[in-house]
Amino acid sequence: MLDSLALAVTVPLLAALLVTALPGRVQTLGVIGAIATALVSLRVTVQVWQHGSLRSDPGGWGAPLGLALQADGLSAALLAMAALVALAISVYATGYFREGERRLHFWPLWFLLWSALNALLLAADLFNLYVTLELLGLTAVALGALTGQREAVAANLRYLLVGLLGSMTYLLGVVLLYAAYGTLDIGLTGAAIRPGPVASAALVLMTGGLALKAAIFPLHFWLPPAHANAPAPVSAVLSALVVKAAFYLILRLWLDVFGAIVTPAAAGLLGLLGAAAVIWGSWRALRAERLKLLAAYSTLAQIGYLCLFFPLLQATPEGPARDDLLAALVLMAISHGFAKAGLFLAAGLVQHSAGHDRIDELGGTAQHLPATTFTIALAGTTLIGLPPSGSFIGKWILMTGAIATGQWWWILVILIGTLLAAAYVFRVLSRAFNEAPTPRRFVTQASTEVPALLLALTSAVVLGLGAQLLWRLMGFGVVA
Amino acid sequence: MNFDTLLPVGIVLTSLLAGGFIFLVKEESHVLRGVLNLSGAIVKLLLVGVMIWGVYHGHVYEARWTLAPGLELVLQADALSVLFVTLSSVLWLVTTIYAIGYLEDSPNRSRFFGFFSLCVSATVGIALAGNLLSFVIFYELLTLATYPLVAHRGTAEATRGAKIYLAYTMGGGVLLLIGAIWLHVLTGPVDFVQGGVLSGSAPALEGQLIAIFVLLLAGLGVKSALIPLHGWLPQSMVAPAPVSALLHAVAVVKAGAFGILRVVYDVYGVAYASSLGLLTLLGILASTTILYGSIKALSQDGLKKRLAYSTVSQVSYIALGASILGPIATVGGMVHLVHQGIMKITLFFCAGNYAETLGIHHVSQMDGVGRRMPWTTLAFSVGALGMIGIPPIAGFVTKWYLGLGAVEANAHWVLLILAASSLLNAGYFLPILYRAWFRPPPEVWPAEHLHAGRFETQGTLLWPPVITAALCLIAGLFAAAPFSPLEWAQLIARREHGL
Repeated sequence: MLDSLALAVTVPLLAALLVTALPGRVQTLGVIGAIATALVSLRVTVQVWQHGSLRSDPGGWGAPLGLALQADGLSAALLAMAALVALAISVYATGYFREGERRLHFWPLWFLLWSALNALLLAADLFNLYVTLELLGLTAVALGALTGQREAVAANLRYLLVGLLGSMTYLLGVVLLYAAYGTLDIGLTGAAIRPGPVASAALVLMTGGLALKAAIFPLHFWLPPAHANAPAPVSAVLSALVVKAAFYLILRLWLDVFGAIVTPAAAGLLGLLGAAAVIWGSWRALRAERLKLLAAYSTLAQIGYLCLFFPLLQATPEGPARDDLLAALVLMAISHGFAKAGLFLAAGLVQHSAGHDRIDELGGTAQHLPATTFTIALAGTTLIGLPPSGSFIGKWILMTGAIATGQWWWILVILIGTLLAAAYVFRVLSRAFNEAPTPRRFVTQASTEVPALLLALTSAVVLGLGAQLLWRLMGFGVVA
Repeated sequence: MNFDTLLPVGIVLTSLLAGGFIFLVKEESHVLRGVLNLSGAIVKLLLVGVMIWGVYHGHVYEARWTLAPGLELVLQADALSVLFVTLSSVLWLVTTIYAIGYLEDSPNRSRFFGFFSLCVSATVGIALAGNLLSFVIFYELLTLATYPLVAHRGTAEATRGAKIYLAYTMGGGVLLLIGAIWLHVLTGPVDFVQGGVLSGSAPALEGQLIAIFVLLLAGLGVKSALIPLHGWLPQSMVAPAPVSALLHAVAVVKAGAFGILRVVYDVYGVAYASSLGLLTLLGILASTTILYGSIKALSQDGLKKRLAYSTVSQVSYIALGASILGPIATVGGMVHLVHQGIMKITLFFCAGNYAETLGIHHVSQMDGVGRRMPWTTLAFSVGALGMIGIPPIAGFVTKWYLGLGAVEANAHWVLLILAASSLLNAGYFLPILYRAWFRPPPEVWPAEHLHAGRFETQGTLLWPPVITAALCLIAGLFAAAPFSPLEWAQLIARREHGL
């Protein structure tokens, strides 16, 4: 029987080889490869849905040394998000890179990145995580610099150095843990870990390294230029998935490895950084002159919201309330993934049609590109956290947790962040309305506009109304 | 899934689906768009008819959908929701006809009617929301769906009005959200139950419950334009006339007022709210708003602005009714939900007709307009006299019950408010009627767009106000007939007060 976990990693790798070998058919192969990868990824999610956590050992070495892969509800949920978002981006890319050299460079790197991402979500040991993290970072940098423009190259060189620094710091932590406990397996390390200077040092190093890659305030400086200067499909995957992967690792480590030694102060610090990110990111998004820069700063703020969950998780005892918080955290991360991908894709279309993405000069977009404006509005709904989006449910539970644990000050942060988000989203939308003539039809270029619209629609409607599926996937409670 | 579950869902979906398809309709396909619009509105009205019958006979319609553990989206029909649903569905149909005529040959109609339908879906969702979470969801959706309507014209002024509207409603929205979540943490899911759910709360929680009420009221007060949260309403007058009509009579303002009724009667329970001293707060706010709105209306020359301040004042009668303890005042407040709706929509339709037909935007331009447009002016007169409270028009019934309720509750100061407000209403409406009927018309109208054919203006513009004006008369004349708004409000009051 074919191992479904291994397939989720190898199929995109195979697709990368194929598009390199047959450059003449790169577009067709790209779409086929994307569909195949999405299917094998979703298969893992379905299996986790049916049977609970999965684990496999492709090399046959066994723990504690082997190349083990595993999938639980958390990784299955993110895997499904990655599959659907990346599939939509792939379809969009066929329209976006219609001609020219760039599409030849895009597709192989794209599949390598997807493979690294899936491997990262499924890896069961700390060293493999390092390898996938490094691979993900390198492909992301290469894709980001695809335009070859000066700003893009400069931004991505910085991204490269930051990424290397981040993963080296992470690796140092791994070395400490290995030296102390003699294993790299996540579960075994988590079971063996004891409070002490070594564990604390590893926690700080690993979280710090990953925080740099996840652009957690104040380590975010590299993100806005790198995300804003990449081609639209690449910006989408960077903001929606790549940053999320580093955040996933922090969450995974705090839950499964360092669960026993994390102190309220550490969680509080992460929450505080999150609060600063929410306010600073939203404020900078409001002041941004370009649409893609706005989207990039908004990512910063959204990662901040995710960090706010840590002090609440720390203060909530095991049980349904904590499960709700955890599911809400994942729900917000996923909703943001869909929304931000949709927003960046839409921004790419605006840029393509207007020749620029300066917000103040976007008048009439609602008339030229109705479907794209709709996409921006739907994605914006999610970023603000308005119903019925997934992030509305997420914020509701986040605020419930804040009140229930008596940490009401986070409410103020969320309140300010929400209003700032509304301000920056509607700053774009209010520019879109003017007296330009009426469009003939809703959609003008289906291959690019429809994927973007579907992504935004998923974030703003489907994830909110179907949120309970996530609880089921993560094995929390039985929803009546 | 059975019919009792599907009915409330169907009532929300008819306009939602119609709206979704309308976005995709090509701009020049007038017929297809018109068919979608009208069939959505008519099907909804039929479904609502079935629901009225069922609820009257004590039938329970309820649909539940779990969003997450403890968070449920609930649509259910009780007597109060049916009152609001019926108002929205009837006025949606009339306004759609009016809007088709009003926007003839203007740009971006697919976008307009798409959001117009979404707006009605959100309103109906608010009406049918069975718990506080569902209410909040549809309340926010309404903000989203109305924003593009206010900004529709795309002029600098429209964009500015929309921005102000958004700033107020989003600000109110987060306060409402925080209040709702806080209450949720204290008591678990907050279902709307006739008679309220909080009356047995521990005395230790009272402080928190008062704070929550203030948060909820602040959130709802923005849309229902309680002072000092009313500032957006006159600014959003830049929207096209059908939007103003819908915003003022049915959707936004009424959603806020409806929310106040829900919170007072079905969350706190009117007796418990009174024992916490919350009704006094609401009563003072409502009375101040009533007087302030009327005084501001006196000095407005812009016709729509004058009507806007009149809305600020009139909608607060609903909150005033809720703030007086006793079934008769409840009837007065509830019935005004409908009465204010049909009267105000008539006035806005007429204002739109004057602007579209003759280019009249200001009260000072209205000399002799009754001779040029007698039917429109007749409809306007019915609406205006009703607002003042002249029998037998609907507005009189409201004021009568509010007055009786105040006497019953020994709140005699309310009579003073009612008298002062009626005088002020007369002060800003009668001069308009005098100008329109008794002053000689000018040589030329400011901008005559449509020349008189068989009627004084286009049929699609003329019939809607005539119909709604007739409704104002019928609601007053036949107030005691079965299924009249008054009868229905009495049904609600009996159920709320457990009589």
